[in-house]
Amino acid sequence: MRTQELTIIACAVAVLALCSISSAQVTNNQEEQNLGMEAHIGKLTGHANDAALNYRRYCAGCHGDLGDGEGENAVWLDPKPRNFTLATFKCRSTPSGTLPTDEDLYNTVGRGVQASNMPSWNPLSDQMRADLVAYVKHFSDRWKTEKAGATIEIPPEPAVTADRVKAGQALFQKLECWKCHGVEGRANGPSADTLTDDQNRPIKPFNFHDQMRFKCGETNRDLYRIFMTGLDGTPMPSFMDNVKPDEAWDLVFYLRTLQPMHTPAQEIAKQLGLKPINPNAPAQNTESKPEGENK
Amino acid sequence: MNTDNWIRTSGITIALIALMALAVLKEHTVQAAPSESSVTGTVKLEGTPPHQRPIDMSKEPSCAAVHKANPVATETVVAGADGGLKNVVVYISDGLSGPAATEVAPETPSWDQKGCQYIPHVMALNPNEHFKVTNSDPTSHNIHPMPQPGGPNHEWNKSQPSGAPPIDAAWQSPEVAIHVKCNIHPWMSGYMVVVKGPYGVSDDKGSFKLDNVPPGNYTLTAWQESLGTQTQKVTVAVGKPTSVSFTFKAK
Repeated sequence: MRTQELTIIACAVAVLALCSISSAQVTNNQEEQNLGMEAHIGKLTGHANDAALNYRRYCAGCHGDLGDGEGENAVWLDPKPRNFTLATFKCRSTPSGTLPTDEDLYNTVGRGVQASNMPSWNPLSDQMRADLVAYVKHFSDRWKTEKAGATIEIPPEPAVTADRVKAGQALFQKLECWKCHGVEGRANGPSADTLTDDQNRPIKPFNFHDQMRFKCGETNRDLYRIFMTGLDGTPMPSFMDNVKPDEAWDLVFYLRTLQPMHTPAQEIAKQLGLKPINPNAPAQNTESKPEGENK
Repeated sequence: MNTDNWIRTSGITIALIALMALAVLKEHTVQAAPSESSVTGTVKLEGTPPHQRPIDMSKEPSCAAVHKANPVATETVVAGADGGLKNVVVYISDGLSGPAATEVAPETPSWDQKGCQYIPHVMALNPNEHFKVTNSDPTSHNIHPMPQPGGPNHEWNKSQPSGAPPIDAAWQSPEVAIHVKCNIHPWMSGYMVVVKGPYGVSDDKGSFKLDNVPPGNYTLTAWQESLGTQTQKVTVAVGKPTSVSFTFKAK
């Protein structure tokens, strides 16, 4: 029965070996496991392992070798570079509080972040950017235990009409976007000066009046996605629980009338002679609650 | 080693493993004690309570109107005339064994936004206990709980306009405590305290009660948002209510 004896000995050796590896080399294994992180963007598969050099070359200066946003340039920057170890991201197609999709991160790397020091990394190849996304993910264990949230559905953009622009303005008032962004979108609402981000650093609302591009994109679909999912880590909340998909397009059209560039919605607003909202005027909307109710 | 021997050894090993498994199982079932007691007590504040800054809600006229007759102040320390300290969460921080007894709330706890204040100001919860966020105001709020960044619970931020349906939520892991704020109304501040096992929150008189505490030796912790924590050891006997008191010193 030599083979059985041999099997037993082999098993014992294997068990002992496993034990010693798991206790002594746990940190090394952890790092190796994390570097095995992948990112999946369409047909592309990014590998964290392949991005180590590019991360050090292009990203670490601001985001830091440890991904904690404490790179040597960080002290000079405002807004501060993202701390990847916290896995909280502004630009997501997923509900507030959930992880973004790999594609969301890939889009941010490619697009860059407007009004910040994050440039567009489109000069790098698609594969390099996909690898970097995997590398960004390797800094937080949250990616190992959680899946990205479900991507919100964005219905096709309808034709812009006068009714839609007016409905969008009513929403702008009802949802109280103006409390931060101001009645004309000049980032001067009554709460604008008190805003802080999740690290308690002062932060400004988006100024529609003098900016064309948003932090998370520039198209109408990007704008739709921004207010529906909110920007986690900032005061900008998610509106998807209380804005229907069709209404969301109305709001997109109205917001476009506040911006400096020429848009079809702006043309309509001009023809309508649309005035900025007056938050102090008695509500003409029959839907709104009677004012006296709460006394 | 011959075949007989081999079979005998493996038989004994299997029996031993089975016995160990049984022992582990038994230990777990025994923990669910049949008779449970309550822990009651009071929390007092010694010294002069710190000044509470009046809240100016003039930027939100609908809320300012609500408090016109009775102006409100911050709630970092709320003490009654007899020194009873409100909004202190008392929970078992050590000694709960086996599957932690979960408080079965008769109804889903509710976190209301009313008069631009959080009601309650402090809410205790078990992990995965659902709560609902409601808005009783004629104005929009954004509800923005901020757990420790990088911790097991994750920040979220949702708008809740006037008349919107309640938001259902839960925290998956214990955390003392999660600060909740509204960015539109920066004076709004509250805390959610997520703990395993029975908990109590002190009322206007500083009284609290922990129900369904199995007999045993425990460390109780009392948490107050600006005065920190205090701990105390207690022994809970079968069917006998246990009484404890905590005293916080005003800073």
